Amino acid sequence: MVSRTPLILLACGSFNPITNMHMRLFELARDHLQKTGRYQVIEGIMSPVNDDYRKKGLVSARHRIAMAKLALETSDWIRVDPWESEQETWTETVKVLRHHYNESLRLLQSKKEFMKNKWPIERSTEDPLSYEHSVLPELKLLCGADFLQTFKTPNLWKEEHIKEIVEKFGLVCISRAGSDPAQYISESDLLTQFQHNIFLVKEWIQNEISATQIRYALCRGLSVKYLIPDSVISYIARHNIYTEESERENEVWTRDGNKSLFRGST
Amino acid sequence: MAMEDPDKKTEVVLLACGSFNPITNMHLRLFELAKDYLHETGKYKVIKGIISPVGDAYKKKGLISANHRVTMAKLATKNSDWVEVDDWESSQSEWLETLKVLRYHHQKLLSPDPTNSLQNAIPLTKPGRKRKQEPNRHDPVKKKNQSPDIKSVPQVKLLCGSDMLESFGIPNLWKLEDITEIVENHGLVCISRAGNSVQKFIYESDILWRHKNNIHLVEEWITNDISSTKIRRALRRGQSIRYLVPDVVQAYIEKNNLYSPESEDRNAGVVLAPLQKHASDSKN
Repeated sequence: MVSRTPLILLACGSFNPITNMHMRLFELARDHLQKTGRYQVIEGIMSPVNDDYRKKGLVSARHRIAMAKLALETSDWIRVDPWESEQETWTETVKVLRHHYNESLRLLQSKKEFMKNKWPIERSTEDPLSYEHSVLPELKLLCGADFLQTFKTPNLWKEEHIKEIVEKFGLVCISRAGSDPAQYISESDLLTQFQHNIFLVKEWIQNEISATQIRYALCRGLSVKYLIPDSVISYIARHNIYTEESERENEVWTRDGNKSLFRGST
Repeated sequence: MAMEDPDKKTEVVLLACGSFNPITNMHLRLFELAKDYLHETGKYKVIKGIISPVGDAYKKKGLISANHRVTMAKLATKNSDWVEVDDWESSQSEWLETLKVLRYHHQKLLSPDPTNSLQNAIPLTKPGRKRKQEPNRHDPVKKKNQSPDIKSVPQVKLLCGSDMLESFGIPNLWKLEDITEIVENHGLVCISRAGNSVQKFIYESDILWRHKNNIHLVEEWITNDISSTKIRRALRRGQSIRYLVPDVVQAYIEKNNLYSPESEDRNAGVVLAPLQKHASDSKN
C-alpha cells in the first residue's frame, strides 16, 4: 500500500479582508489533492502580507490577522499565521515558503523525539510519524491562475526563485472555468519542466468575491453578508476598518511596481 | 383621513419562490442586493424578506422533501434580522402558481390579523376563470381591496434571478395572465450578472415592456454562480461545499445525508407540475 505524502497548503495574499472565496480555494485544493491518491492534506496556512507591502487600501496586519482568525474559527484544518506580517519588511514569497517548510520539519522532528521518548520500542512502519519511516511533508503554494501569469512580468521575479518555488515546493493553482492556465505553463520552459509539480484545479462554481469589491461595498454602506463570514462583518463594523480614508492609504507611497503587482487583487 | 406624505417611502416585502434545493449563499445574497438597490432609489423601504420553498408537488427532478428544504432555509436565515422562511406554499398538497403565493403574502400583509388566515389562503378569482380543485377550500370571502394608488400600501415584490425572468418565455410554464398580474400588481426585482440578456428579453416582450417600471433590474458585480444544482453535484462527488452554503446548512446536509444519486433521480421522467397543469387546462 502506497502511503500518502502529508501535504501543507500555503496561501499568501493581502486578505484585505478575508472572503469566502479565499477559504473556498483551500477546500478545492484539498479535494483535488486528496483525489490524486498521493497526498494527505494535513494543514492549510493563510499568510497575510506584511504592512510594508504598501498596497493601496491595505489595512493594518493586526486587523487582517484578527479577521482571518475569526473566519477560520470553524475550520478544523486551516489556520492563519502571522509570521510574514511580523517581519520588519516585506518578505519574498519564496522565503515565506521556506520558513513554513522548515517549521513543519521542526514540528515533525520534535514530534518524533516525543514519540521516541514516550515509546522507545519500534513503532509500526505504517505510522507516518514513525522514526523508522519518515515521510517528509510537502508544502505547496496555493494560488489563483493569475499568479502563474505574473511569472512572465519582467523584473518581478528572480528566475532562481521561480525555479525553487516550482521545483522544491510546487503550486496548486485554482482557475475558473473558461481560463486556461495550462497555456501559461506551456509558454514557459521552466514551468513546463516542472509541470508535474503544478496542480491545476478548476473551479466550476464561479464565486469571484474580490476583496477589493468587498471594500468598495463596505465604504458605500452596501451589504456584504454571505460573501464574508458574519463574524468578520461584525469585526469590521466594531473597529470601523474600511472607510474611504483607509482606501486612500498608501495611495502616494506605493513602492516601485515590481513588488506590488504579483499578489494580485486578493 | 390622513394626508399622504409625498416623500413617504413605499414599504416592500421581497418574496423569493424557488426550490431551494438546497438553499445557498447565492440565494441569500439576492435579498441583500435587492434591499440595497431598493433603498438606494430612495423610494422604497424593504421591511421583510420571505423565502417560500416550492411544494413537493412541483415534481422537479432531484427535489427532496419540503421538510428538509424548509428546515435548511430556516437554519440559513437564523441570524438574519429581516429574512424569514414561510412554509405555507410548501405545505399545500398541490402545486401553486407563483402568482397565488404572491397574492397570499400580499393579503397577509394587508391584514396581519391571524384570524384572517382563511381569507388569506384564498386568491382573488377573476370572473370567468376556471378554478382548479383546491383541497380544504372554504367559501371565498371577498376582501375589501385597497386601492393601489395609496403609497402607504406595502408591496410584495417577486425577487428572482434572470433565469426565472427568462423562464417566462418557456412554453406552458407560465400563464400569460399570471405574468401580467405579477408585473402589473406586484413587481419584480431581478438580480443578474453584468452583461446579461435580461434587458433584451424585456424589450422583446410587450407585456414586460409595458410594465418595465415595475421590473427592477439589479446588476450583481460579484460573479456568484452558486447554483443548487452544482451544490448537489459536488455532494454526489464527495467534494466540499463549505463557504458556498452557510455552515449550518452544510452540517445539516451531512448529518442527514440528503443528496445522493438516488435523490437526484427523484421525479425522473415525471412532467413538471406547471407543464402538466397548463397542458391539461388547455385541453379543457
